[in-house]
Amino acid sequence: MNIIVPIKQVPDIRNVRMDEKTGTVIREGVEAIVNPLDLYAIETAIRLAGSCGAKTIALSMGPAKAADALREAVSMGIDEAVLLSDKCFAGSDTWATSYVLSEAVKRIGSYTIIICGERAVDGDTGQVGPGIAAWLDIPVLTYLSKVSINEGSCTVRRLIEDGYESLSCSMPCVLTVVKEIAEPGLPTLRGKKRAKNLDIPTWTAEYLGIKPESVGLKGSPTRVVKIDRPKVSRQCRIEKPRSETKTAAAVKALAEKLRETA
Amino acid sequence: MIKVNKEGQVWVFAEQHLGKIEDTSLELMGRARELANKLGVQVGAVLLGSSVKNAADMLVHYGADTVYMGEHPLLEHYQTSSYSKILYDVIQKYEPQIMLFGATPVGRDLAPHVASAVKAGLTADCTDLQIGRHEIKKTGEVYDNLLFQIRPAFGGNIIATIINYDRWPQMATVREGVMPMPEPDGRRKGGIVEIKVSLSHADLVVEILDEHRRDKTVNLKASRIIVAGGAGVGSRENFRLIWDLANCLGAVPGASRAAVDLGFIDRDHQVGQTGTTVRPSLYIAAGISGAVQHQAGMSDSKKIIAINNDPDAPIFNVAHYKIVGDLNEVIPAMIKAIKEKV
Ligand SMILES: Cc1cc2nc3c(=O)[nH]c(=O)nc-3n(C[C@H](O)[C@H](O)[C@H](O)COP(=O)(O)OP(=O)(O)OC[C@H]3O[C@@H](n4cnc5c(N)ncnc54)[C@H](O)[C@@H]3O)c2cc1C
Ligand SMILES: Cc1cc2nc3c(=O)[nH]c(=O)nc-3n(C[C@H](O)[C@H](O)[C@H](O)COP(=O)(O)OP(=O)(O)OC[C@H]3O[C@@H](n4cnc5c(N)ncnc54)[C@H](O)[C@@H]3O)c2cc1C
Repeated sequence: MNIIVPIKQVPDIRNVRMDEKTGTVIREGVEAIVNPLDLYAIETAIRLAGSCGAKTIALSMGPAKAADALREAVSMGIDEAVLLSDKCFAGSDTWATSYVLSEAVKRIGSYTIIICGERAVDGDTGQVGPGIAAWLDIPVLTYLSKVSINEGSCTVRRLIEDGYESLSCSMPCVLTVVKEIAEPGLPTLRGKKRAKNLDIPTWTAEYLGIKPESVGLKGSPTRVVKIDRPKVSRQCRIEKPRSETKTAAAVKALAEKLRETA
Repeated sequence: MIKVNKEGQVWVFAEQHLGKIEDTSLELMGRARELANKLGVQVGAVLLGSSVKNAADMLVHYGADTVYMGEHPLLEHYQTSSYSKILYDVIQKYEPQIMLFGATPVGRDLAPHVASAVKAGLTADCTDLQIGRHEIKKTGEVYDNLLFQIRPAFGGNIIATIINYDRWPQMATVREGVMPMPEPDGRRKGGIVEIKVSLSHADLVVEILDEHRRDKTVNLKASRIIVAGGAGVGSRENFRLIWDLANCLGAVPGASRAAVDLGFIDRDHQVGQTGTTVRPSLYIAAGISGAVQHQAGMSDSKKIIAINNDPDAPIFNVAHYKIVGDLNEVIPAMIKAIKEKV
C-alpha cells in the first residue's frame, strides 16, 4: 500500500521582489523551494506510513528542476519520488494540474491516502487537493489538524470557521493538512545520501496517456489575463506634531473628525 | 463543461448552518445582483439543507429571483460528496453562466470539487468581480460580457485578473467581507424551485463523529469603528492603550498579524489577508507599518487614521489622516481629547 504526497516547487516568496515598472514577479535570483506548507504533508505521510507499514511516494508536476524538491522530500524520509514533466504541462491551472496528478496516481495504482498541503504559497488557491479527489472520484477531507488511520478508515479533525469537527472516512481518500498537524522533521544525513543517489523517474504526457491539448495553457479553463501590483494611494492630510502642544492640537482636530464619523 | 450560455443566470451557492445563511453568501447576493443587472439576466441561489424554507425566503429578500432549494434530512450537515453531486446536476440542468461561492472552509472544499466534475475552471479567493470585454490579441477574437475574476496571489504581492471565455460556468470563490452587505427588501418576490434529492446513507462517505464550535468572542466585521494595533505597540501590557482608545470610542480592537504572532492579542482580532476583512466607518491603525497583506483587509474602510513614528510607513498611503508620532504619546492625548468633549 502506498501513501502519495503531491508536492509543489515554488519560488521562495519571502524573498520575492516586484518589478515596479511591469508589475511582475522577479524570478531571477529567487531560490526554488518545496512549498513550505507541503512539508507538513510530507511529515504526516511519514508518520502514518510508520504506523501502518505503508510506502510513501512523492509526486511533483513541474520542470526538470522540480526533481530538487522531490530529493528534499526523500531526504526528509519519503521512500520514492516521481517527477511529472512535459512541455505540454506548462501553464496548467488547478483543473489541469489536478488532472495530471490524478492520472499519475492512477498509474501508481495501489494507494490508501493522498496527502496534500493546505495551499501552495505562490498560486495560493488550495484547489488542487479537492480537484484530485474529484478526478479520482474518492472522498476528500480538507484543513485537517489531526489524522489517524485504523483498519481501512481514517479519523480526522477538520478545522472549520469557528471550531473543528471530528470525522471518519473510508479509504482511499484525499486529505489536505494544515500547519498544526505536525512539526516537520529536518532532512537526515542518511536521507540526504539516499536522495542524492535515488533514481527519480520522469513521467511524460505520453507515458500517462494524456492528450497534450487537454492540459497546460491550452487545456486550462482559466486564463490569467492581467497582473497588477496592489496600489491604493490617497490624498492624505498630514498631522505632523513636533512638540507636545502641537500633538495636542492635532489630536483635538482629529477628535472632532472622529465624532463626525462615529 | 456546459455550453457558453449568455442567457444563463448568475448563481450563488447559499451556505447555511442550522438554517441561518452565512454572511459571505448574503454579501455575494449583492454583487450577483449587480453583475446580473449588467448582463440583463436573473439571479439564482442554490440552497441545500434539511429544513431551509425560511432561508429561501431570506435569499429572495437579498436579491434572488429564483432559489433552487434542495431539502433532505441527510443534507443537514455539509458533505463534499452529497453537496457536490447535487450541484453538478443542477448546473448541468439550468446552465448558469456564473457560479459564485464564499471562500469559507465549506466553499473552498466544495467549489473545486464541483469545478472538476463539470470540467469548468475556478478562480480562488477573489476580492473583486467585474463584467468586461476581452480580446485575444493574436487572433482578434473578442469576448463580450465576461466575468473578470480579480484575486491576490504570491502572498498578496500581485493582483491577477482571470477569465474563462470558453469553459463555463465561470466559477469563483470570493473572500469574506470584501463585498458590501446588501440591504434586504422584505417585499421582494421570487420563485422557489425545489430540487429533487435522492440520497441514502451509502452516498455519505464521511461520518461525523463530533463537532465543536465556539462562539466568536469578537465581531470585527459588525463593528463601525476599529482601533487596531501592530508590532509598534511593543507589548501585551502596552496593548492596554489600544483597548482604552477602543473603549472610549465604542470600538472593537483589531491587530496586525505581527501583533498577534507576538502574543499581544488573540488571533480573532487579526485584520488582513489571513485574518478578517473589514470595512468600518473608521479604522485607526497604530504602530502598523501597512504591509500589503494588512491593507488587503482594511483599505476599504470609510475613514482611516494612521499613527506611526516613521513618516514613510506604507500605511500612510491608504490613510485619510496621518499622525507622525509616538503612539505612546498620541493615543493618551487622543483619549484625553475625546473624553474632554463628552
Ligand atoms: C497569479 C496566478 C494566479 C492564479 N490563479 C489561479 C486560479 O484562481 N485558479 C486556478 O485554477 N489556477 C490559478 N493559477 C494557476 C495555479 O497556480 C497552478 O495551477 C498551480 O499549478 C497549482 O495551483 P496552486 O499553486 O494554487 O496550488 P494549490 O491548490 O494551492 O496547492 C495545494 C496542494 O496541491 C499540491 N500541488 C499543487 N501543485 C502541485 C504540483 N504542480 N505538483 C504536485 N503537487 C501539487 C500540493 O500538495 C499543494 O500543497 C494561478 C497562477 C498564477 C501565477
Ligand atoms: C501570506 C501572508 C499573509 C499575511 N497575512 C497577514 C494578515 O492577515 N494581516 C496582517 O496584518 N499581516 C499579514 N501578514 C504579515 C505582513 O506581511 C506583515 O508582516 C505584518 O502586517 C506586519 O505587522 P506590523 O505592521 O504590526 O509590524 P511591522 O511591520 O513591524 O510594523 C511596525 C510599525 O510600527 C511602527 N512603530 C514602532 N514603534 C512605534 C511607536 N512607538 N509609535 C508609533 N509607531 C511605531 C513602525 O514604524 C512600523 O511601521 C501576512 C504575510 C504573508 C506572507
